[in-house]
Amino acid sequence: MGFTPVTDQDRQAMLDVLGLESVEDLFQDVPPGARFQGKLDLPEPMTEGEIWPHLLELSSRNANLDEYVCFRGAGAYDHLVPRAIGHILSRSEFLTAYTPYQAEISQGVLQAIYEYQSMICLLTGMDVANASMYDGPTALAEAAIMTCGATRRAKVLAPTTIHPVYRQVAATYLRSRDLELVEIPAPDGVMALDVLKDHLNEEVAGVLVQHPNFFGCLEPVEGLAELVHGVGALLVACVDPISLGVLKAPADYGADIVVGEGQALGNQISFGGPYLGFFAAREKLVRRMPGRIAGATVDSRGRRGFVLTLQAREQHIRRERATSNICSNQALNALAATVYLALVGPAGLKEIASQCAWKARYAWERITALEGFAPMFQGPFFKEFAVSCRGDVDEIDDHLLQKKIIGGLPLKKLYPQLGSGMLFCVTEARTKEQIDALVSALGEV
Amino acid sequence: MAQVPLLFEMGSPGRAGYRVPECDVPKKPLEELFGADALRKEPLPLPELSELEVVRHFVQLSRLNHGVDVGFYPLGSCTMKYNPKINEDAANLPGFARLHPYQREDTVQGALQLMYELGEYLAEIAGLPRVTLHPAAGAHGELTGLLLIRAYHESRGEGDTRREIIVPDSAHGTNPATAAMCGFIPVEVKSNERGGVDLEALKKVLGPQTAGLMLTNPNTLGLYDENILEITRLVHEAGGLVYYDGANMNANMGISRPGDMGFDVVHFNVHKTFSTPHGGGGPGAGPIAVAECLAPFLPAPTVEKDADGKFYLDYDLPQSIGMVKGFYGNFAVLVRGYTYIRMMGPEGLRRASEDAVLNANYLLARLKDYFDVPYPRICKHEFVLSAKSYKEKHEVRTLDMAKRLLDYGYHAPTVYFPLIVDEALMIEPTETETKETLDEFVQAMIDICEEAKRDPETVKTAPHTTPVGRLDETRAARQLDLRWRGSS
Amino acid sequence: MYPAELKYTEEHEWVRVEGNVARVGITDFAQKELGDVVFVELPGVGDSIKAAESLGVVESVKAVSDIYSPVSGQIVKVNEKLEDSPELINQDPYGEGWIAEIEVEDPKELEGLLTAEEYQAIVEG
Repeated sequence: MGFTPVTDQDRQAMLDVLGLESVEDLFQDVPPGARFQGKLDLPEPMTEGEIWPHLLELSSRNANLDEYVCFRGAGAYDHLVPRAIGHILSRSEFLTAYTPYQAEISQGVLQAIYEYQSMICLLTGMDVANASMYDGPTALAEAAIMTCGATRRAKVLAPTTIHPVYRQVAATYLRSRDLELVEIPAPDGVMALDVLKDHLNEEVAGVLVQHPNFFGCLEPVEGLAELVHGVGALLVACVDPISLGVLKAPADYGADIVVGEGQALGNQISFGGPYLGFFAAREKLVRRMPGRIAGATVDSRGRRGFVLTLQAREQHIRRERATSNICSNQALNALAATVYLALVGPAGLKEIASQCAWKARYAWERITALEGFAPMFQGPFFKEFAVSCRGDVDEIDDHLLQKKIIGGLPLKKLYPQLGSGMLFCVTEARTKEQIDALVSALGEV
Repeated sequence: MAQVPLLFEMGSPGRAGYRVPECDVPKKPLEELFGADALRKEPLPLPELSELEVVRHFVQLSRLNHGVDVGFYPLGSCTMKYNPKINEDAANLPGFARLHPYQREDTVQGALQLMYELGEYLAEIAGLPRVTLHPAAGAHGELTGLLLIRAYHESRGEGDTRREIIVPDSAHGTNPATAAMCGFIPVEVKSNERGGVDLEALKKVLGPQTAGLMLTNPNTLGLYDENILEITRLVHEAGGLVYYDGANMNANMGISRPGDMGFDVVHFNVHKTFSTPHGGGGPGAGPIAVAECLAPFLPAPTVEKDADGKFYLDYDLPQSIGMVKGFYGNFAVLVRGYTYIRMMGPEGLRRASEDAVLNANYLLARLKDYFDVPYPRICKHEFVLSAKSYKEKHEVRTLDMAKRLLDYGYHAPTVYFPLIVDEALMIEPTETETKETLDEFVQAMIDICEEAKRDPETVKTAPHTTPVGRLDETRAARQLDLRWRGSS
Repeated sequence: MYPAELKYTEEHEWVRVEGNVARVGITDFAQKELGDVVFVELPGVGDSIKAAESLGVVESVKAVSDIYSPVSGQIVKVNEKLEDSPELINQDPYGEGWIAEIEVEDPKELEGLLTAEEYQAIVEG
């Protein structure tokens, strides 16, 4: 039945070896009060031939991005995904392996993690990176906790231009350790350094900044690190890895820890997961990093090989004093990111980032030229921008959907004070034709 | 086998493995858009490779790796069962893989229905009423579950007093790590001579300071705790809640539900019990099921169904612990788990657990004369042996035997865990292995035991046939080399 | 294996007293149990510490162990060589592998420590 190959004959042969009458005898140690009687109330089994039409039917009741044109981002992005990635991820030896604890038969996964860590370091300018976190928000949360451990302080500052969900997750994680997240108001779409200064003092462990931020705007990161370091705190930059094809590496503006959502690097958008959080830091913080780390070494014959290292930080050894409880991470998603960067290369990443910027700019110019549509914030933006709209945003959303367009994200749920706002995202995957269609649909509302 | 060069040691300037479409909008100078200060000055030092070079590189790497599809993987506590191929196709359907998480609810009814129904199935399997699908892995489920327990005590004005989480000495390392991460003080309780929780020791540590107990049942020794009802009763009597670590759920489907054992919160490892692939260390999914008393504190949003049969995301949870990750969980993993449960059905899941337990007991019976068996009783889906006699008599350690197994084409069992067994080998065959595979594995283990006596050197220097020999972990930790730093 | 001139704790630290300064390290038995030491977390010079509090941490590849201070007092010196050469703990636990020096607050605490003979009995018992 199903995927269990044990036949009734096999069962009998094994029971004979055990000297037992029936399979039921294997559960004689389960007290009657804890023994489940009867049959689980679940749907009856289906064969492959039966379930496939059901899955097709379920999936067809979703508007997918092959059929709808997506101008929505806010933490999940519709970038082009090279076809080769899926084929590599489906290699059984990657797909069906556990965490590489037996290094001698896990060199494939281990070397891929080492290559991934190297690429994240190259992108961010950091010295070290881990093997991945669950996603961008949890990576930011763990970074916030790390600043508290490193400084022995208990307060972390976050401007409200950081994605609200990222702030919420960071707040949950910090609260769980009796640490505090303090939100710094930033009503103009970017953080104000003088407001930040008012909150900076020697109780602050770390300052979080998202760059480009939730609204797509570039934050005033020049000079930020000096302010933060001036009170002995650490700077955590949360970045869009695609933007690093053109934007300065966070190390160059003084970040101590760099995290972000790696989904954009060759991972499917998949209704929100699985994605991957990348996590990189300065060398001096390496022993405080959460998660798994691969390192190079030599084997008994002196040849290069890879292992998981610095394991004494982790839960299976340090138990209640571990840097984090994380064990399973997002290895396969990190592999996708590695393959992606290997395929597109430096020129490709620069071109993709540039096209995001150009296409977003083009869309911004055309949309804000429409009557009743105005930019919500001034200043440079990368691939997302907020626009205040003419009329009800839900009606606009409706109208765009009829045209098979998933428009900008209505901001009112995440920022009630920005009720007329929509956050548009334009990646390299969008064409001029699609942007023009969006603009004319908006003009019709 | 030849070594595979690093990506950074390959390629040639000007090569690329992917072509980006020509830009069809006006190109503005980036300095003008962003200001020169914001821009990267030097080109990124990424390798420049053709698609074939990249594909060949990763295919070569994959060949250095073991996986369930390659061979037997009896890694205890990890449930390395077969991952049906249809799961992959399901997750890759455009109607699942190509959805934006912030699409309007009326455009993702199929996805929400799948999540809603999966939640119902998990609730039924757990024997508990409510579910959240958010957690990304087992340890993340633990974190979420303990935060719920903390919120529960806080809501009753006992947040400051109930600070201790009791953890058995046989527990997974994640349990005490999670407790500490949630601001609790982990308190260890020892095991009795049958491998279960020592009731007298438990009574001593229970009190008004107790927030809860974390337990897996069957425990990490693979043993079902016969006192489970008494244990959960004692904790409840002391005002605490009981957390079920679902890593070992593969023994229990349709046989013994955590809710019926008295647990208040349970995490599932979808990537263990429900056959989704481990991917070399993730992604997994760690949904949790909870008792009604914890439901008000669940992370937002939950997936709900209205009177008209429409599915929606409910963010209106004023007592929620907050969010624990972005969006709603590892959706593509959940699609795979859903597919598996629908294909197995109620009888299929029970049969899977029965066969997992039968396979484990059969292996134990066949191996018990060759190793020390610290707790000689019927096991569940896994069991623990000790190789201490080989260490004492032949200076062959568990690690050596584990490495020697690699030469025979098997992944090694979990070793040196649980911590309470000297020279431990923890073996979990799963239900998807045939009796022939188990018999071959037994023979390999017996051969290695013989080698340990006759020719210990061969075992102590193993592995011999793997792509690399035994790796110098000390050097890796002392001379940290965690990334490529350019050709020297 | 257990030099007679040293004092010991049940947690496998040794103490060498000179004047009012106690030099502290871990015993040969402890370093063997841990295996190859790969990292030592040292206390800060000037820190005050109470007896039985954690003075630092010794990490090997597969284990991690606290170093408990045998006496109360102020840290006056730490063995900075361990930062780059943690293997000194394996190579020479009673010599080059020392960990920290503490200015003893209360000499009476020293009387409670074990002699080499007593410690050996514990290790071998």
